[in-house]
Amino acid sequence: MSSRRREPLGPYVIAWIVLLVLLGLSIVGAYQPLGAWHALLSFGIAATQTAIVFIVFMKLRGRPHLKWLFAAAGFFWLLFLFSLSAIDYATRNGFPTH
Amino acid sequence: MSATALELPASYLTEENTIGSWLLTRDHKRIAMMFFCSITFFFFIGGIAATLIRLHLLSPAGAFLQPETYNRLFTMHGIVMVWFFLIPSIPATLGNFLLPLMIGARDLAFPRLNLFSWYLFNTSGLLAVYFLFVGGVDTGWTFYTPYSTLFSNGHVIAAAVAVFINGFSTIATALNFVVTTHKLRAPGMTWFRLPLFVWAIYATSIIMLLATPVLAMTLALIALERLMGIGVFDPQLGGDPLLFQHMFWFYSHPAVYIMVLPAMGVVSEIITCFARRPVFGYRGMCYALITIAVIGFFVWGHHMFTSGISLLSAVVFSMMTFIVAVPSAIKVFNWTVTLHNARIQFDAPMLYALGFIGLFTLGGLTGLVLGTLSSDVHLQDTYFVVAHFHFIMVGGTVSAYFGGLHYWWSKITGRHYPEIWGRFAAILMFVGFNLTFLPQFILGYLGMPRRYYTYSTDLQTWNVLSSAGASILAVAYLLPLFYLTWSLIWGRKADDNPWHATGLEWLTASPPPAHNFLRTPRVTEGPYRYDPRDGSYVSQDGVFHA
Amino acid sequence: MPPVEPGVQYADLEQQSETAQLGMWVFIATEVLFFGALIATYVLYRASYPAQFRIAGHDSLILLGSINQAILVTSSLTMVLAIRAARLADRRALVRLLLATAALGFAFIGVKGYEYARDAASHSVPVIDFVFKHGYRAPAELFWTFYFIATGIHAVHLSIGIVLVLILAARAARGAFTPLYHAPLEVVGLYWSFVDCVWFFLFACIYPLGRAGI
Repeated sequence: MSSRRREPLGPYVIAWIVLLVLLGLSIVGAYQPLGAWHALLSFGIAATQTAIVFIVFMKLRGRPHLKWLFAAAGFFWLLFLFSLSAIDYATRNGFPTH
Repeated sequence: MSATALELPASYLTEENTIGSWLLTRDHKRIAMMFFCSITFFFFIGGIAATLIRLHLLSPAGAFLQPETYNRLFTMHGIVMVWFFLIPSIPATLGNFLLPLMIGARDLAFPRLNLFSWYLFNTSGLLAVYFLFVGGVDTGWTFYTPYSTLFSNGHVIAAAVAVFINGFSTIATALNFVVTTHKLRAPGMTWFRLPLFVWAIYATSIIMLLATPVLAMTLALIALERLMGIGVFDPQLGGDPLLFQHMFWFYSHPAVYIMVLPAMGVVSEIITCFARRPVFGYRGMCYALITIAVIGFFVWGHHMFTSGISLLSAVVFSMMTFIVAVPSAIKVFNWTVTLHNARIQFDAPMLYALGFIGLFTLGGLTGLVLGTLSSDVHLQDTYFVVAHFHFIMVGGTVSAYFGGLHYWWSKITGRHYPEIWGRFAAILMFVGFNLTFLPQFILGYLGMPRRYYTYSTDLQTWNVLSSAGASILAVAYLLPLFYLTWSLIWGRKADDNPWHATGLEWLTASPPPAHNFLRTPRVTEGPYRYDPRDGSYVSQDGVFHA
Repeated sequence: MPPVEPGVQYADLEQQSETAQLGMWVFIATEVLFFGALIATYVLYRASYPAQFRIAGHDSLILLGSINQAILVTSSLTMVLAIRAARLADRRALVRLLLATAALGFAFIGVKGYEYARDAASHSVPVIDFVFKHGYRAPAELFWTFYFIATGIHAVHLSIGIVLVLILAARAARGAFTPLYHAPLEVVGLYWSFVDCVWFFLFACIYPLGRAGI
């Protein structure tokens, strides 16, 4: 059917494979001596996987930019929560107590 | 009516009147009315708590109530008033009723979600009130740890669960409003033709959506900590009690903007109509609303200046607090310019709106005093803070809520309230309010702490004045209950547009038919096309009215 | 089945579908903040107790966590293929893919339950049965507290998703969805994929810690 060609299987399957590869990368990376870079690698992979799911599976591309805005707003606001709290945690002497 | 006359549809009120048709309705106007009944009930509960508190504070020795009872009462007052009255007040009643009408839609995007929101609200409210009565909670509405998690003997978990459920109600309503505003505007209704009330409800809804989930998680954590003994906020288990305050205020500061932004929207609508003038700086007003909504998320630490946060952190939050005052001030300037040299009609809605401007401004200025680190050290946790937020919440939001109720009463019910009583109640409220809360600024300055059931004897005069004012305020709140109810049966019938206002809501009947408009309006005009010279106006569908 | 009518406030089914999807994206934004608040708490505590969190994280069962991530990723694929089947009017594939999605969801819950049992057996349950042999125990207990709360709330969300998918499967079997009308599938699909994304971040918080030779 021509409609099947209008909506090919390919991108979904490729995305699925990429996601599994990233999972593998995350596992392998956990066992490498990366020191302080571990967090960046793990969360970076998580963010990449999320972006792939958002864009390919959840179709967050092209057309209405409104969905982008709401998708992004959640993460931005988290950034506000975290960064403004972090100022206190980075400069307060009372915590942690041990 | 002759047999050949056009058969107009029944209004949303009369269309079908079984209990089931109301409890299972999908009509946003009926849901708005049901919310109105609910929040009025909770307003009474919170008001009774306030009455008992002010009676108790007539004497310094605290003879009227037991200390534990006093703690439970101010907690009940805070929880009920914040979550079950103020936050839903304008959005769930006026917002629900007016948003689709103002944008030219026939209902909200998700009518069943709207009804579900009402059921969630009542469930959470009744749960909260039950546990606040039976045993009570004594932590204050702010649930600070470690008292709330480790030491308090009240129904903290139940109260937290109730507020958690209420959060879902808020999110459901906000989601509906945001999506509706994006997707269901009538043809020609561009963003910059929307009435400021719609902008205000939209900005409020954005805050609700982004702040409430954090509160939900915070409440879940304190409930779990209390239930299971985990140590998320317990210093002895490696936790940080201040983390609770960070997360709680991340929501609760934007929450105050949830409470005031809709009021600002109402005030804009009233001012333009009764000054017969377009609002000055319409786009600036829109941008100010959005700016307040966003920057309001950056200031929460000003509630924690004396809690032990780092000095650098406090300075950053203080700076942000100063910045957030700017768009609010812009709004006050714009209203003032709109009123300058205008031919003002002093109907009851306008009296409430004028009261809002004065009281909000004073309240806002005292917020700057509190946002300044050096003065906050002396004033934090005193009655200065109590006065400050009551000026905004009560002097501001409640005034605007009553103003909006009077302004749109004819549209909602099809009846006029008695104007003399309306004006009298507005003036009485202004007088009673000031007598109640101005002395509290002085009390705070003189060092009277908040949430204490006794106070130093030399402060009694101010406390007596405040309680006297509260009695006047109570009368001012009860009066509308009587004459508005009276008007439902004996009030003069209203036509479509008794105030000669420009919005789309005034194009349809008073009260509107079930699906709002017989035909979807086509919008060709911006809002507030009033001509100040002769009182003529152009409604948003492009029709000129002399 | 009779043709589906849009609601009275909608011009057509397409506007209704787009509106429903926007609604789900707005809801997803709130969920980002709900889970994100918990993760922010975790990050702040991890930054405060880096060594103890690393040691505690070492005991998490990375094999089971990884299997679960693979299961969830695959279920996102089946869900999105189900929606594709609806657009192509392939009812049989639609129902089968929906059932596959639900089955994978059940599999995740099963693995998670097994993982909880193994965690309990190794005395990693805060307050109830927690043993920590490497010094100051409080931060490690905080790590495991976060683990149980986060994965627990995630499991609740996943369970709700499973119920929704099963309801959709039942409706699909009765022919409720056509290429013109399948908005509920799109909306639940968005929710399902989002629950998958939450797991990506929870995985990053819980499993990779403390494995590079402490």
